[in-house]
Amino acid sequence: MSRAGLRTFLYGLPGVDRVGADQRAAELGTRSIKTSAKAWAIDMAISMVDLTTLEGADTPGKVAAMCAKAIHPDPSIPEVPRVAAVCVYSDLVGVAAETVRGSGVKVASVATAFPSGRAPLDAKLDDTRAAVAAGADEIDMVIDRGAFLAGDFGKVYDEIVAVKEAAGDAHLKVILETGELSTYDNVRRASWLAMVAGADFIKTSTGKIQPAATLPVTMVMLEAVRDFRAATGRQIGVKPAGGIRTSKDAIKYLVLVNEIAGEDWLSPDWFRLGASSVLNDLLMQRTKLATGRYSGPDYFTLD
Amino acid sequence: MPAFEYAPAPESTAIVDVAPSYGLFIDGAWAEPAEGGTLKTVNPGTEEVLSEVSVAGPADVDRAVAAARRAQRTVWGPMPGRERAKYLYRIARILQERSRELAVLESLDNGKPIRESRDVDLPLVAAHFFYYAGWADKLPYAGFGPDPRPLGVAGQVIPWNFPLLMLAWKIAPALACGNTVVLKPAETTPLTALFFADVCVQAELPPGVVNILTGAGETGRLVVAHEDVDKVAFTGSTEVGKEIARTVAGTRKRLTLELGGKAANIVYDDAALDQAVEGVVNGIFFNQGHVCCAGSRLLVQESVAEEFLDRLKRRMGTLRVGDPLDKNTDVGAVNSAAQLGRIQELAAAGEAEGAHRWSPPCELPDRGFWFPPTIFTEVAQSHRIAREEIFGPVLSVLTFRTPDEAVTKANNTPYGLSAGVWTEKASRMLWTAQRLRAGVIWSNTFNKFDPASPFGGFKESGFGREGGRHGLEAYLDVAH
Repeated sequence: MSRAGLRTFLYGLPGVDRVGADQRAAELGTRSIKTSAKAWAIDMAISMVDLTTLEGADTPGKVAAMCAKAIHPDPSIPEVPRVAAVCVYSDLVGVAAETVRGSGVKVASVATAFPSGRAPLDAKLDDTRAAVAAGADEIDMVIDRGAFLAGDFGKVYDEIVAVKEAAGDAHLKVILETGELSTYDNVRRASWLAMVAGADFIKTSTGKIQPAATLPVTMVMLEAVRDFRAATGRQIGVKPAGGIRTSKDAIKYLVLVNEIAGEDWLSPDWFRLGASSVLNDLLMQRTKLATGRYSGPDYFTLD
Repeated sequence: MPAFEYAPAPESTAIVDVAPSYGLFIDGAWAEPAEGGTLKTVNPGTEEVLSEVSVAGPADVDRAVAAARRAQRTVWGPMPGRERAKYLYRIARILQERSRELAVLESLDNGKPIRESRDVDLPLVAAHFFYYAGWADKLPYAGFGPDPRPLGVAGQVIPWNFPLLMLAWKIAPALACGNTVVLKPAETTPLTALFFADVCVQAELPPGVVNILTGAGETGRLVVAHEDVDKVAFTGSTEVGKEIARTVAGTRKRLTLELGGKAANIVYDDAALDQAVEGVVNGIFFNQGHVCCAGSRLLVQESVAEEFLDRLKRRMGTLRVGDPLDKNTDVGAVNSAAQLGRIQELAAAGEAEGAHRWSPPCELPDRGFWFPPTIFTEVAQSHRIAREEIFGPVLSVLTFRTPDEAVTKANNTPYGLSAGVWTEKASRMLWTAQRLRAGVIWSNTFNKFDPASPFGGFKESGFGREGGRHGLEAYLDVAH
């Protein structure tokens, strides 16, 4: 597609009315998920978590501990499913890959000068290649929001294509950083831009910018993947990240997936929750549902 | 893993204590009807009898109107506005405090989903009383002269689709302006009005200011025709509205009518399609389509009609039809067997006239009154389903080619209560809105209500406005 064609296409997408979208997302947030449905949703949510640590202070020890938790979220209850993946910076992929080997937990690496994306393309591609070489199964790249907001969609597109190539067989998640795109129209355009450029997943946020994931933004992205599959036959995953702290939040996202994109997306292959603190709340609610009692926070491991 | 099945999440009915039978609320106290006679009110979701209510006859109407007259003359009329306001604020607060109880009761008696009675009806009911409480001491500044006077006794007859909300629309402005009322709730949904009587007692409202008379059409006729009633307000069918207009013609009584509708929801090709789909769904399936301002005609631009209908059908497939008290229900029960019969008759007429009928697969409960969300495509302006008010979850889909055609078709109806316009282009929005002959025009939204906003119809949808500053006029002695 030519640059002009790309622009025309993105501006030809139907608009998103913010008031209506917010209202719809809020309405779905009132769904009452109880008893058996809640138990199902909690286990599904646990299996969708991308357990994440993305700090300057990350160490091999911290990453290894988090990986252990990813494999056995609640060591006292073996039926608790493992999480989908661990998500770390590219220089710690080796440690993570070593620790989770054979467990089925995937290793995701942020790359491309995460979180700002402000670096020369070569540096971004090297970052990506290094992560894959160290054993990353998934690459979480950031788009160039500056180029997007300047209207240079071609640059954003080319970069995604180049990173996709550098990532090889690794799954490519494209972070839109919706908090910086500001409008829902931009979220829809960026979603389509990433999908046509070859993304396997579209992801809301880095977690470093507020607002991070919100229900209406995730809804707009779920509409995009639904419409993209209807148009092309190719199914793309969605990952809200940042700001998801409670089981209630997580379940609201699952309701959204169920009613907007449909049940085909209700699987860790097609939907992920980028978060860390939510996992313990899910475990706590799981125990409450099973035993009828709340346990204190000290009964759940902090890693 | 299996699909995400939402487990039943029923709202408990333990909070509502429905008595086996109710009398009439006259002059601040419960009274047995002079001649007797009762009506059973049923839960439309199960057909179980909820309670028996009294049928008010001529003697009861006489007593209620006399009580209202006395209260208006001696207490409520002379009372300073700021004092009346205190009572209205108190009623509003009690309604908020009892909102869960009243929401459950409304869903039991009416069949509407608890999500709507909880999130729409009850908040609006309280908001309406709060809003008009604020006007009670500011009437000289409402634009109707320096010292506008109340009319006296208002006879009010309300429908079954929003029982408590329509009560609020009627009673709040009447009381704020210094009138007293005799109100007759609908035959099939009397219970929240009777509970409202209890709210009045709780608020220590002076006796006679609010009188609630239950009964059927005949009781309504008696209230409307009573010679000591100064003002008649009616919301309901156009057929009954015309009868009331004939009754009141030639008398001194003031009249406002809020009647039927056949609103058009116009979707242009540049609309925000996902939100337009939501708006259309909300427009026709909200409250099972038992909404006078329902968007029962979809006018969609032909260039996006196919895509829009695909999206609409997919969305309709996610509507959850069933137990009104389940917190996840989107579409509840049809209010009565009679209404179900009317919907079925018109749907059959649609098929017979050649329109194409479609409903998503959905399992309806065995007992109760149910109709699946339904759309008719290939509908022509001449079909009955494009002209008559169905008052059920049935949408007629028509297409148009140009803005002119959209406006012409939208206005080509005896009604004119509401309309919706969906476009991302502001100039087209304004162009369209200026040409639509309807009392309320929603822009990129639908079924939005606010006590500060006037509501009312053109043509056979009635006259007079309810809500907002305009709503005061119907209850003040305003010289024209």
